[in-house]
Amino acid sequence: MDIRVDYYPTHEQSGYKFRRGRPLPFGATTVPNGVNFSICSSAATACSLALFHKGEQEPFAEIPFPEEFRLGDVYSMIVFDLDYENLEYAFRIDGPWDPIVGHRFDKTKFLCDPYARVIAGRDVWLSKPNWDGKYQHRARLAFDDFDWENDKALEIPLEDLVIYEMHVRGFTAHPSSAVSYAGTYAAIRQKIPYLKELGINCIELLPIFEFDEWENNRIHPDTGELLINYWGYSTLGFFAPKAGYAATGKFGMQVDELKTLVKELHAAGIEVILDVVYNHTAEGDQRGPTISFRGIDNRKYYMLTPEGYYYNFSGTGNTFNCNHPVVRNLVLDSLRYWASEYHIDGFRFDLAAILGRDQNGAPLANPPLLEALANDPVLAKCKLIAEAWDAGGLYQVGSFPAYGRWAEWNGKYRDSVRKFIKSEPGLVPELANRIQGSPDLYFQRGPTATINFITCHDGFTLRDLVSYDYKHNYSNGENNNDGGNDNDSWNCGYEGETSNEEVNRLRLRLSKNALVLLMISRGVPMILMGDEIGRTQRGNNNAYCHDNDISWMDWTLVEKSNDLFRFSKQIIKFRHDHPVLRGRSYFYGRDYVESGLPDISFHGTQAWNCDYSPGSRCFSFLLSGKHAKDGTANDQDIYVGLNMYWDGLPFQLPEPSMGSQWRVAVNTGMQSPYDIYDSAEAPLLENQREVIIGARSIVVLIAS
Amino acid sequence: MALDISSEVIGKSAHVTLSGELDSSTAPSVRQIVDKVLADSPINLILHLENLSFMASAGLRILIFAKQKAPDLKVYVVKPQETILETLRKTGFYSGVYVVDEAPVV
Repeated sequence: MDIRVDYYPTHEQSGYKFRRGRPLPFGATTVPNGVNFSICSSAATACSLALFHKGEQEPFAEIPFPEEFRLGDVYSMIVFDLDYENLEYAFRIDGPWDPIVGHRFDKTKFLCDPYARVIAGRDVWLSKPNWDGKYQHRARLAFDDFDWENDKALEIPLEDLVIYEMHVRGFTAHPSSAVSYAGTYAAIRQKIPYLKELGINCIELLPIFEFDEWENNRIHPDTGELLINYWGYSTLGFFAPKAGYAATGKFGMQVDELKTLVKELHAAGIEVILDVVYNHTAEGDQRGPTISFRGIDNRKYYMLTPEGYYYNFSGTGNTFNCNHPVVRNLVLDSLRYWASEYHIDGFRFDLAAILGRDQNGAPLANPPLLEALANDPVLAKCKLIAEAWDAGGLYQVGSFPAYGRWAEWNGKYRDSVRKFIKSEPGLVPELANRIQGSPDLYFQRGPTATINFITCHDGFTLRDLVSYDYKHNYSNGENNNDGGNDNDSWNCGYEGETSNEEVNRLRLRLSKNALVLLMISRGVPMILMGDEIGRTQRGNNNAYCHDNDISWMDWTLVEKSNDLFRFSKQIIKFRHDHPVLRGRSYFYGRDYVESGLPDISFHGTQAWNCDYSPGSRCFSFLLSGKHAKDGTANDQDIYVGLNMYWDGLPFQLPEPSMGSQWRVAVNTGMQSPYDIYDSAEAPLLENQREVIIGARSIVVLIAS
Repeated sequence: MALDISSEVIGKSAHVTLSGELDSSTAPSVRQIVDKVLADSPINLILHLENLSFMASAGLRILIFAKQKAPDLKVYVVKPQETILETLRKTGFYSGVYVVDEAPVV
């Protein structure tokens, strides 16, 4: 092979040949016959590169960067003839130890590359690491030669998505999952037929950036076992996939395994959104370990108080300094890497309000990071979803700086729908907004700005929402003090599991009501893993520390909760079947296609008369099918009657479009199989003028 | 670690037999051999792995490389040992190759 002159070594140290490197890109990049290493630090006085054989404690070589290899704040060098497959590398950086001004350099520490694409050290889930190791989280090289064939991101329009939020391990770790390699990326591939059967077209994975599952020092109060970090909201490296989620993690092949998963999901028509955590890192506060950022450029990577301590807007000890230009570029580089190298379809940003704070923590009117992400050409078709609040009290639901791109987890949708379902009065005006895609919050942005959800990983599952008045987090080791107290849940008369059939029937009905509301609301619905089969966490509303049947999906429920599973599949299909439910813009409340009906109209027990009063617990609305997709698609008229009152009520019906009659698609007051019908088989409603809607039930009619 | 490599081209099929351990140190020589046999534009690449006891990711990369270089190439893996089969399954390369007990007669 011809080697260009700039790829010849110029230096040598104890047998290792190297030369001046290229400052960009940062991280470790393979070049002809060598590897280019590049790292920046604004206050370092010296930097060296340590090279390790896989898993060994002592480096086999350590090469100080000669002064002439530094350009600005960047140290770079190409090292030749390395064994890529067996190589692990670290940096050691010298500089001042002066915490008051923010410097915490420590040249004795081996530091992981912020751009490491593979991080070894926690290769197999919960296998005991070497706690005394001097280099715990070990940077390795990754190769970009995956065979993607024709795969690319699916670019399904946001309004057509049905998102399924799930945990890589929890989805298949339960023995009932009946897959090989349970709890891994590889195992999810075997469950693709299930996801297809359910009908979702997007999965959102809880964090899969490398983290340390051992990061927890609390004890299970009953078993005495160490609790763990099961959720993984604690990033070690923003470019490396979690090795312990890969069946091949011990061979360092997690990159290939995850890419194969994405490729096969895409082939099945399912998008992949990653839950990404850029608001803090795993280094904690001043008492935490020095893994990477703290020892490289503490003052740059973290928001610091005037005394040099860590601001804690994330609730985890530190706050990543996302609007520092260098850090901002790291975030952007990371997202571009996942979008281009892993074909990821979108991102959900944990505690995203932090991404809009300045370097002292004050909220910015025009946050450069959020603007950069919204306008980035590589990310142009990626979904960008904000969790629009943080642990520092910044709550931006409805006001998150969106730049025409960002969607939000709609916390207000969750709260008001929960209250409505448990029959709180006075919610009709609010619900009227929520089912329209919350125009009161997102009028300028449109309904694709709202990710509608009732449950997510954080809080009760749907089953527990209708089974518990209070959280039951004793097993989290904090005397039940952790987890939220404002759950808006209702136990239906008995706290916890019961054999009382009446209670269980009510719970099932309320669960179906929740699913109907989600699927008929304008916006983007998201359901939580297992809610379709009644998964319980036994009242635990903060299961971050449990790698057991509290947090795992119990696959025997597919059979046991067959009634709910059937209903879930059918109601998701109903959404896919009816474009009038999936509009990209807001309703106008008038007839703009001369159909004889306004695009949306509100009713109640009397047609054309909606009771918005403080005591009201019921209302109904009619969607005109001819207005589907702004009048560009033709659909059936749909009538939704919601009665959260504790007695059945007659609802006088508005007339559907000329020449059509009402048919019953859904009635949660009926038992299976009369609770839901395929739209093509919906039975004719006998009395076209009135429908009786049972206590705490929802009826959906379609006109044909 | 030792690796024995042999190869021959019979008609439109290229046979490569590997015995021993295929790791990052031995992978480059395998890749050279695969490169060489692909130069004859075979239809089938038949890898005899009965006596191969270990394959690192570098080995998998040779498969990817061959598939990318010749998209229509059919890759057969003959009698892989269980550990190698597992690796193929977990990473998903299994679906891109034909795992067989005997070399196909072509």
